Amino acid sequence: MNATESFYNTPSPPGLKGIWAWLLTHDHKRIGIMYLWSVGFWFCVALCCGLLMRIELMWVGKTIMGPEIYNSLFTLHGVIMVFLFVIPAVPSIFGNFFLPIQIGADDVFFPRLNLLSWYLFMLGGLLAIVSLFLGEGFPDTGWTFYVPFSLTTDKNVVLTVTAAFILGMSSMLTGLNFITTVHRMRTKDMGWMQMPLFTWSLYATSWVQILATPVLSITLLMVIFERVFAIGLFDPGKGGDPILYQHLFWMYSHPAVYIMILPAMGVISEIIPVFSRKAVFGYKGIVISSMGIAVAGSLVWAHHMYTSGMSDVAIFVFSLLTFLVAIPTAVKVFSWIATMYKGAIEMTPPLYLALIFIYLFCIGGLTGLILGAAGTDIHLHDTHFVVSHFHFAMFGGTGFAFFAALHYWWPKMFGIMYDFKKAYIGATLAAVGFIFHYIPMFILGMQGMPRRYYDYLPKFERGNFLAGLGGFLMVIGILLMFYNLLISFRKKKGAPQDPWGGTTLEWSVPSPPPLHNFVEEPQVKEYPYDFSEVIARAQEAQEAQDAQEAQDSEEEDGEKDR
Amino acid sequence: MEKKIDKTIDKSIDKTGVRIGMWLFLYTEIILFGGLFVLYAAYFHKFPDLFAQGGKELNRVLGTVNTAVLLISSFTVAASITALQRGKKGQTISLLLFSIFCGAVFLVNKYFEWSAKFHHDIFPNSATLQDGPDGLNIFFGLYYVITGLHGLHVIIGMLLLTITLVLVIKERVHKDRFQLLENSGLYWHLVDLIWIFVFPLFYLVL
Repeated sequence: MNATESFYNTPSPPGLKGIWAWLLTHDHKRIGIMYLWSVGFWFCVALCCGLLMRIELMWVGKTIMGPEIYNSLFTLHGVIMVFLFVIPAVPSIFGNFFLPIQIGADDVFFPRLNLLSWYLFMLGGLLAIVSLFLGEGFPDTGWTFYVPFSLTTDKNVVLTVTAAFILGMSSMLTGLNFITTVHRMRTKDMGWMQMPLFTWSLYATSWVQILATPVLSITLLMVIFERVFAIGLFDPGKGGDPILYQHLFWMYSHPAVYIMILPAMGVISEIIPVFSRKAVFGYKGIVISSMGIAVAGSLVWAHHMYTSGMSDVAIFVFSLLTFLVAIPTAVKVFSWIATMYKGAIEMTPPLYLALIFIYLFCIGGLTGLILGAAGTDIHLHDTHFVVSHFHFAMFGGTGFAFFAALHYWWPKMFGIMYDFKKAYIGATLAAVGFIFHYIPMFILGMQGMPRRYYDYLPKFERGNFLAGLGGFLMVIGILLMFYNLLISFRKKKGAPQDPWGGTTLEWSVPSPPPLHNFVEEPQVKEYPYDFSEVIARAQEAQEAQDAQEAQDSEEEDGEKDR
Repeated sequence: MEKKIDKTIDKSIDKTGVRIGMWLFLYTEIILFGGLFVLYAAYFHKFPDLFAQGGKELNRVLGTVNTAVLLISSFTVAASITALQRGKKGQTISLLLFSIFCGAVFLVNKYFEWSAKFHHDIFPNSATLQDGPDGLNIFFGLYYVITGLHGLHVIIGMLLLTITLVLVIKERVHKDRFQLLENSGLYWHLVDLIWIFVFPLFYLVL
């Protein structure tokens, strides 16, 4: 193999040097890396917000902050985590970096639009920060901006809503770009059913993004109009209807949950077969279920509104539709487990994190059924049970899939390997801390502790205290994982081209990849998860090693004889 | 034998791909307005009589003129694309200029229409609407939001057409490279299409 220059060393566009080679780049890999650092930054900010809130809740009464700061903090935590971490994390970082490589293309279809998406993302983040310091302070509405409170509060809602609008735009443009890329830039040898599952999941996600995000945009615009002109579209005193706001909001925000989880599922579908050395079970099933989730997930928004005052018929229909989403989700989970069955499992940090994902996500999914049934939801609505449920699904799901993806693709993105032992310890701490953090919230919720509350009755103190301790454990684990990855830059333990034995196209290029991704024409396999070559290679290596050992022992014997 | 990839050959523009991207974008714009139409449907269901009453207060002549203006400009934009593909630069420029002019006429009409309404104390949060029946307030609220957002899109469309026009004059957009003109044209058609839905909902509702 001839030596190639990695994309880090090739300025793009040619002629630009230093920081400009990054800020004006059209290279999807560089944009992916830029997203990585910005999303990572936001994640840490929101993590701190979360931790501060949990410290406040550990003891009854005022601990470290007053109710107003608490309200702003959970809004900030929600807005950043939802719009700046969970939605963009996997598609923007790993999608940008690996989608073109996985389909044998040298860039996304609209490279400039891709850069624009990143700038919109940064602008949105910046506005969110600016709104903290302008006006009467950061909004205290929660990330849902529910009317009428978001219309009457004197805090700086307009700017934050504008930030969310811009972030939605960025996400939409990325989706548009991915769909076009998949349709037009797939290498000619690759049919639809030869595409890696991660690419498939991004394709499904992109459709949801395009379908749903404009609804959010218009909803946020209307909040701005309402605040500026006081039209009264959602104000019952002027003939409006606040329930309509909720309908419009959840028409986006429920599908947004699938924007968050589908790429995460794609990551897991990549990792499980690679470390089981076995073709993924039910490739077509996973593909169809991705598209199925994209469609069914768009029809269930009103299950957030059982207690808002809808007709019984609507509640019944949406409850039924909600249950239907469980089917394609279960198809995926069973496929992953069936893939591991009788596989030659090799434990590594990515697989370990993927297994944690399956475990936590299943709890998140199953408790979702409890909330999807109208009867139990009426009891549990707006309690800590809901908080715990969506953190299990979103954080235990998307969050841990993000960590898994980070550990899986880190050697490819930077060409360096990290320390396994620290990764295992970090992941274990994070997972154990996670369970200790959120399980008490299920119990608190069932006992009746409401969400979004700054203070609570003394009987909830023990649960909250334990949850706080778990939270600390979890944060330590996450920071250890990040530290371990960052320290690998110092140690510079080089990674081979294919450290895991992966079969998709990104493992056939050098790590880190060169500017145009491919050194030779990409060789598309008949089936993307065909491990026969990897296994043959491993066997050859094993045989060579055995032969070597046999020779060594023969020589030893000879020496003894002499 | 390794096959080296030649990066110099593959530089022609994938026209279909550009078109797919634009259509996907237009699709998001339709959904954007879709949210407002959903709102319209819900409130129309709630106050059918008052919506009809509100509709009678709008100036149907101006609305019809604006519809005609937009339809004509849609035609001239389409014609300018054909003219460019045939390599007739002068014709393209004049057709584009005329289309932009039509957009301006539309906005001027809208200005007169809105100021007449303002004159009669009909605007968001005005005393007449606040004290009047709820349905009428919602009708005019939606009227201002939808036509206002549409007007914004007219302005964006005019900007796009102007940029294209400049590039046509500079010959950066020409016979073999007309994607920008085509996409701006598609955007203009979208603006027209949305108006065709807005017009009957507000002016002809009975």
